[in-house]
Amino acid sequence: MNAPERNPRRAFIAAAGAGVAGLGFTAIAPGLHLMAVGEANAAARPAGTAASPAVRWGLLIDATKCAPGCTKCIDACHEENGVSEQLPDPRQNSQWIRKIELVDRRNGRVTTLPMMCQHCATPPCVDVCPTGASMKRADGIVLVDRHTCIGCRYCMMACPYKARSFVHTNLSEQNPEVPRGKGCVESCTLCVHRVDKGQQPACVEKCPEGAMTFGDLNDPTSAIAKRIASVPTTQVRGDLRLDLGVRYQGI
Amino acid sequence: MATLNPRHEEGLFYVLAALGGLVAAIGVGAALYMEHTGHVVTGMNNQIVWGLPHVFAIFLIVAASGVLNVASIGSVFGKKAYKSRAPLSALLCIAMLTGGLAVIMLDLGRADRLMVAATHFNPTSVFGWNVILYPGMYAIVAVYLWTLMEQRMNPYSKAAGLATFIWRILLTTGTGSIFAFLIARQAYGSALLPAMFIIMSFAWGLAVFMIVQKTMFGWNAMTLHPAIRSRMKNLLGTFIAAVFYFVATYHLTNIYFAKQTAFEEFILLSGGIFPTLFWVGYVLLGTIIPLLLIYVPDLNRFRGSVFAASALIIVGAFCLLYVFIIGGQAFPLEIFPGYDVKSDFMDGAIDHYSASLPEALLAFGGLGIAFTITTIGVRVLRFLPQDDIAELEAAGSIVD
Repeated sequence: MNAPERNPRRAFIAAAGAGVAGLGFTAIAPGLHLMAVGEANAAARPAGTAASPAVRWGLLIDATKCAPGCTKCIDACHEENGVSEQLPDPRQNSQWIRKIELVDRRNGRVTTLPMMCQHCATPPCVDVCPTGASMKRADGIVLVDRHTCIGCRYCMMACPYKARSFVHTNLSEQNPEVPRGKGCVESCTLCVHRVDKGQQPACVEKCPEGAMTFGDLNDPTSAIAKRIASVPTTQVRGDLRLDLGVRYQGI
Repeated sequence: MATLNPRHEEGLFYVLAALGGLVAAIGVGAALYMEHTGHVVTGMNNQIVWGLPHVFAIFLIVAASGVLNVASIGSVFGKKAYKSRAPLSALLCIAMLTGGLAVIMLDLGRADRLMVAATHFNPTSVFGWNVILYPGMYAIVAVYLWTLMEQRMNPYSKAAGLATFIWRILLTTGTGSIFAFLIARQAYGSALLPAMFIIMSFAWGLAVFMIVQKTMFGWNAMTLHPAIRSRMKNLLGTFIAAVFYFVATYHLTNIYFAKQTAFEEFILLSGGIFPTLFWVGYVLLGTIIPLLLIYVPDLNRFRGSVFAASALIIVGAFCLLYVFIIGGQAFPLEIFPGYDVKSDFMDGAIDHYSASLPEALLAFGGLGIAFTITTIGVRVLRFLPQDDIAELEAAGSIVD
């Protein structure tokens, strides 16, 4: 496997950002500021070190920017994670991310948004899993251990977001970094294999509208935390009080 | 009643055992096929994740717990007429538990990881508790049977019976809690469910017991004493009425909550097969007709009326579980209250389920396993309830 390439533009932005630590932006001309909006992540997590509980990875989705009919995030997710099976019954295909169209019953306003695992702080799927295969990493990413999942699908019954899928058939053409397997349950991993390399999730990177922001919710200087602090955002089914890692703007 | 010729009788036993074994073997074969190909060959999908195998498995597990009620009434509550039925009730419990668990296990996506399930325990999972409760049930019922069958152990049978009683209440609480602990689905997530499952277990278990008892008595050209029959049928009627009370309460409370009315409208009125199964299968066939057969004197005088009521109760049980498990998943999960939603993955849409042949064979395989164990068990162990009518009358346990 190729070593992850350094992105010079991101490195420059990071350096620029570091140079103005505490300010979060730099003045490049009067009235014009270069903001570190692309700041993805903290540094890559070195192999062999545990995920940090000081970090809470999250995603902010601006539904006002999400274009109807656009499936770029889905395509990117499927390509990145090797989700390629096309079964005769589409309901048996894995659904890591899907587009939902919402029509407000009161005024008919139409919104579209991507829906995926919401990476709850108190995930029902983790509570109900009999073997502990459903787990939440210290940095808030909810995953399935494919070695201990027995395929009971109880987590799918428990998930309030229909975010989990059961692999119904034999798989081929898998991405070696994203092991999947027949008979196990799976869901969005926030592209954990990319995040651990200091990259962004594939859907975030490929969204042409810039509707998705990824980052550390616990870091008040991160773009996502600043945005959540400055605009109204929503947790889907907030009444369940699951403290979601994925937030929406504009619904 | 005519007695079977011993040679014919033995032949019939082998035919029944072979038939049960064949159904069980076909079920295991279907499971192996599903294991090989994946669940793509089933009607289950990522919206309706639990299907017909789960309906059958949950019926068997719930009834397995309830059939032990017969033993408990004898050993825990001291009713002499039920004491001679305790061994048969324990055998039926083990038979149905085995059938139900086999179906659940064989339907797993990774049935080969049974050892993982046994060695990795998540204390917050109701399924995890069941990994302890179900095998524990085997152990405790085995000990109970031992105290019943071994004369030297008889003094301990009351204590073992009490332990079994407590354990099976916990077990069925666990089964009901599988659904009660689902926080977001409209059909589930109710504290009523564990209690409802317990009373369902009483009714369904007793119905199974009545059928097996009637068959065994018929096989041996014996007739159940009318007073005992009367007691048991009245108990069955009470349980059926109690189940109906819980089911009605469950639906009425849902109807009262505005957020649940759409779901209830679907299950009770507009949801295609589900309202039909509920009203015709459960309410009419599984509740009203059995109650009439049990309580209307002109009807319950007929030989076979209690048998027919028991069989209908079981039909109603399957209908109720189908509506509860499949119907509960077919109705769209409400993720965005106040919005009409649609997606290419059934958001906002009613799903349709039809069981495929392999999963149906697996489901019936569970019945085959339970039937085979029962058939061989009652043959080998001679668990035919023997009523000493004179003693029961002396003890005031039966009144003609």
